[in-house]
Amino acid sequence: MAQKHAIVAKNLQKSYGKLKVLEGIDFAVKPGTILALLGPNGAGKTTTIRIMSTLLDPDGGQAFINGYDVAEQPDNVRASIGLTGQYAAVDEYLNGRENLEMMGRLYRLSLQDTRDRAHELLKQFDLVEAGSRTVKTYSGGMRRRLDLAMSLIASPPIIFLDEPTTGLDPRSRMTMWEIVKQLAKHGTTILLTTQYMEEADYLADRIVVIDGGKVIAEGTPDTLKAKVGSDRLEITVSKQSNFEKASKAINEKDVKLDEESRTISIASKGGVGTLKRVLQKLEDGKIDVENFSLHRPTLDDVFLTLTGHTATKDTEETDKAKGKK
Amino acid sequence: MKETTNTFISSVTPEDRPKLFWVLNDAWEMTRRSIRHITRSLDQLLSLVLFPIMFMVLNRYVFGGAIDTGDITYANYLFAGIFVQTLAFGANYTTINLAVDMKEGIIDRFRSMPMASSALMVGHVTADLARNAISGLIIIAMGFVVGFRPNANAKEWLLVAGLALLFTLAISWLSAILGLLVKSLEAAQWIGFVIIFPLTFISSAFVETRTLPAVLRAFAENQPLTHVINAMRSWLVGAPMENSAQLAVIWCLGIIAVSVPLATYMFRRKSS
Repeated sequence: MAQKHAIVAKNLQKSYGKLKVLEGIDFAVKPGTILALLGPNGAGKTTTIRIMSTLLDPDGGQAFINGYDVAEQPDNVRASIGLTGQYAAVDEYLNGRENLEMMGRLYRLSLQDTRDRAHELLKQFDLVEAGSRTVKTYSGGMRRRLDLAMSLIASPPIIFLDEPTTGLDPRSRMTMWEIVKQLAKHGTTILLTTQYMEEADYLADRIVVIDGGKVIAEGTPDTLKAKVGSDRLEITVSKQSNFEKASKAINEKDVKLDEESRTISIASKGGVGTLKRVLQKLEDGKIDVENFSLHRPTLDDVFLTLTGHTATKDTEETDKAKGKK
Repeated sequence: MKETTNTFISSVTPEDRPKLFWVLNDAWEMTRRSIRHITRSLDQLLSLVLFPIMFMVLNRYVFGGAIDTGDITYANYLFAGIFVQTLAFGANYTTINLAVDMKEGIIDRFRSMPMASSALMVGHVTADLARNAISGLIIIAMGFVVGFRPNANAKEWLLVAGLALLFTLAISWLSAILGLLVKSLEAAQWIGFVIIFPLTFISSAFVETRTLPAVLRAFAENQPLTHVINAMRSWLVGAPMENSAQLAVIWCLGIIAVSVPLATYMFRRKSS
């Protein structure tokens, strides 16, 4: 396999009985970049990660990690990756430092390297004081950070993150995002899964949208968003007469009018240009505004556009993949 | 997190050592982990101390008056039975602890790492050995309290200790298979009881096997627990040995020979 891609999925297939979880997934990740697998629950994200991290055999297709075939050279694959799953897989009865040092030795680091790395990572992840406390006493955000630190102890070239911020508070989420960004900046290849458009948008160099075990779209965040449509400015005015005045006054390219709710929707490229112009015109025309909002495309919009159904459908896939054996 | 220092990027490479070194290293790391689980979990410590005391006292006084064991006093007869039952329950912790690892998701982390496949089970099994060494001593002390009066010499005590460890090892590795098979923590908790209770009751643990109905007797006289119990009973209080010691050792070694490779294989077995 060519080394120009750190991660390659080729026609990956997986079924549980009649339930087809993966129906031919293809993608490739260049070294040092972040690829987000974006999709709803049951889309096949976790199953893909489990195949890539040697926990699950695909029914068909191939996966290459760091140039190694997942099926043929699992030990080489394992030595090349760090895995942070959906639930913080840390040892509750050990303290933070013990967790890290255990990982270091299991990843075949020397005693000295293990100690040094554990110390560095505790410092880096703001866990120095917590390092000597058992993990039982940690908050959700601290557990996630420790979990990620454990995956990084042997400085693997490739990291898998399965929904790294699900269930985290906004501050912990930002912290995780910054860590992930910095990792990629320093050359680590990252494959992450997420249900949040916002997260994929912020972190990923490329996004692969999957649904029902198939890739339904792929591209940079910008190209995907362009497919879905742009941000929209929505203005609701207070009276019918105002609605007519406003619709004449606002002279933008992509305007949608809804007379019933007296709402005017204007395409916006982000930034304040459109916003400023529109507000100026409303003020000049002395038009009363009842409500004013900026609507960004959500995962639901992406799905609606790409598949014709919304993202909030649940299937058994995630449970299957986790209930496992 | 701090923009200025990016030490989590600093690069390290694995140490170059022979494969055997890493197999032993991994086993040691996992053993240390499992031992810490015992010393840091109040539940485990309590059950470690309370169960043997409870088993000994209850059986001694509830059955003691009702069961005739001939020339041997019931306290002397019962001791080996309770001792082996306690060891069997102690060895069941491997099932429970593996189920916990699975529930917490840490087993997936271990499976995705380049560590030795046997290490996790070796850790839990070694913890069982440590746990049973402590439980065993408590049982012996309790035995003396309730009237157990052995006439074993030093060599016989050593034989008892050796067989106790061998038996624990065998049952623990068997428990490892169960632990890797069960789908839930609840199942892990009851499956041990469902197997160990019948095995100890249909054995020579509490009554002489000749008092059992024919079918049960045939089972009791040919299952490993009876041989282990009879061998220990013979060493401790001079009950008839016949060929129990040899059979006990053969059973234990046989179980180990099958379950160690099977459990090690099952650790890496992938979801279907």
